[in-house]
Amino acid sequence: MRQDRTSGVTRILSPTAILGYGFPVRSFREGMRRRPHVIAVDAGSTDPGPYYLGAGVAFTDRIAVKRDLRMLVEAALSEKIPLVIGTAGGSGGEPHLQRDLELLLEVAHELRVHFQLAVVHAQLDNDRVLKALRLGQISELGPVPKLTEAAIGASVRIVGQMGPEPLVQALESGAEIVLAGRAYDPAVFAAVPLTRGCRRGPAVHLGKILECGAIAAAPGSGSDCLFGYLDGESFEVEPLDPERRCTVTSVAAHTLYEKSDPLLLPGPGGHLDLTQSSFEQVDAGRVRVCGSRFVPSDGYFVKLEGVEKVGYRTVSIAGCRDPFMIAAIDEIVEMVAQRALDSFDVDADQCKLSFKLYGKDGVMGRLEPSRDHVPLELGIIIEAVAQTQQLADMLCSYARSTMLHCSYPGRVATGGNLAFPYSPSDLPAGEVYRFSIYHLMAVKDPCELFPIDHMEV
Amino acid sequence: MSSDHNEADRVPILDLVHVIRSKNSGPYELTFDIVFKDRSSYRLAVSSGIFTPELFARLYGIGADQVLNLVFFEEACAVKATIVRPIVSGDSGDTDVYGAQQHAPLLNIAVPVERTPRAGADVP
Repeated sequence: MRQDRTSGVTRILSPTAILGYGFPVRSFREGMRRRPHVIAVDAGSTDPGPYYLGAGVAFTDRIAVKRDLRMLVEAALSEKIPLVIGTAGGSGGEPHLQRDLELLLEVAHELRVHFQLAVVHAQLDNDRVLKALRLGQISELGPVPKLTEAAIGASVRIVGQMGPEPLVQALESGAEIVLAGRAYDPAVFAAVPLTRGCRRGPAVHLGKILECGAIAAAPGSGSDCLFGYLDGESFEVEPLDPERRCTVTSVAAHTLYEKSDPLLLPGPGGHLDLTQSSFEQVDAGRVRVCGSRFVPSDGYFVKLEGVEKVGYRTVSIAGCRDPFMIAAIDEIVEMVAQRALDSFDVDADQCKLSFKLYGKDGVMGRLEPSRDHVPLELGIIIEAVAQTQQLADMLCSYARSTMLHCSYPGRVATGGNLAFPYSPSDLPAGEVYRFSIYHLMAVKDPCELFPIDHMEV
Repeated sequence: MSSDHNEADRVPILDLVHVIRSKNSGPYELTFDIVFKDRSSYRLAVSSGIFTPELFARLYGIGADQVLNLVFFEEACAVKATIVRPIVSGDSGDTDVYGAQQHAPLLNIAVPVERTPRAGADVP
């Protein structure tokens, strides 16, 4: 299968899990030596939370993204193969797309290269979503509340997750590089194979495995390459670093990753059915997967992601080593919160003061089953969220000073209750957002929400 | 962990697995993966019947209705359970935006085994 260079096999190079996470040059060269038909990379995730989508900020670093882009652009253009990038700027909204476009243009200028570029947008007007809601075209995705007009109105940014279709359209219009906003992770890997007539089931399943780079290998890594070979009915994957192996278990187990059901995986246009998939070790590092099917849904559904702004956050980080303070911590926290809110007559719905207690349940919160152990130290984060940064600063400051000097039963250490590792002790953390939309929207045309700009660079 | 097995009849799950992890499955769900070392370890654990929605509910102090699904994936030698996140990722009060450090209660699972075969031996 690997030797076939004529027609049957489509080869795909996935350089890294997320554009900007980097990859070893040696692995990348190994990948290019295998003459891929496309370099494809995903540039984002919802994992880092709602802030990045809301604030229009990338969670990846400019310099790191540019380093990756430079190598990918240079290699793709010199081999005359397409480069497809999805979920630009980490969240795939308009400011994110523009950030990565800017970096791409800088790279092109520095390398003195020219190419046909397609930019595929994925940010939606709130009114477009509102119209869909009124027409009954929005449904919930998992355990989320029903979408309301108020929630749409409060959303500061909404993106739609494109399937492979807009990318296919961009490629078929002659784009050599495609830079797309929010995209279903496997879509960037499946687009070129679909233009070459590959079947959607194996193409999307391979995309699911390639999307995280070498995470599907053993030992896994999010900053190394993975290579895929796709033919009519099956595909193979292999790592490019000789220290890694793809094994049946590593590849099959990756199918579990970040998904709720590993056998029926919903996505744009239908679901991937892996109930008939089989995984076979071809050689020490390579795995073949057969029998993955794509089952089109009745209608085409696009996943929407939206966030609303909650306010501003200030945190103060401290520690405690006093056994009497640690024993009384729950009452102390309650008293401090009450005193701070009472002193300023603030609306408790608009302002939130909370405490994370590391050593107690700071990591697991209400899911923590172990409640009876007594820690030696406590790490404490005092957190205030309010409508303005000034108000958040004030609440945090007041709670911090109250907690530092308050009295509690059994207190012998009157110098101060908290150890601060930093001066200043309080850190304004800026805007706070929360997910408000995580729903499906029915569309007639898979491309209708995702306009394409063609540019000559 | 039914009461008709005594301590000697249990195998610590850490003897049978090479991965136990948690992670977000989108911002509203938390998913747990238990990947066994090999097919026989997988079969030993699964055939014990210990993996039920109630097990996850008990380990995390939540209602069984909050366990969205429980999947047995023999090809990957894996068991997977997904629960509703008690707090949406990044919302006020959340403690783990990526959901990557919620796995610890699973490390103490003890798998009940039949008395006769050796631990880890093939189970049909």
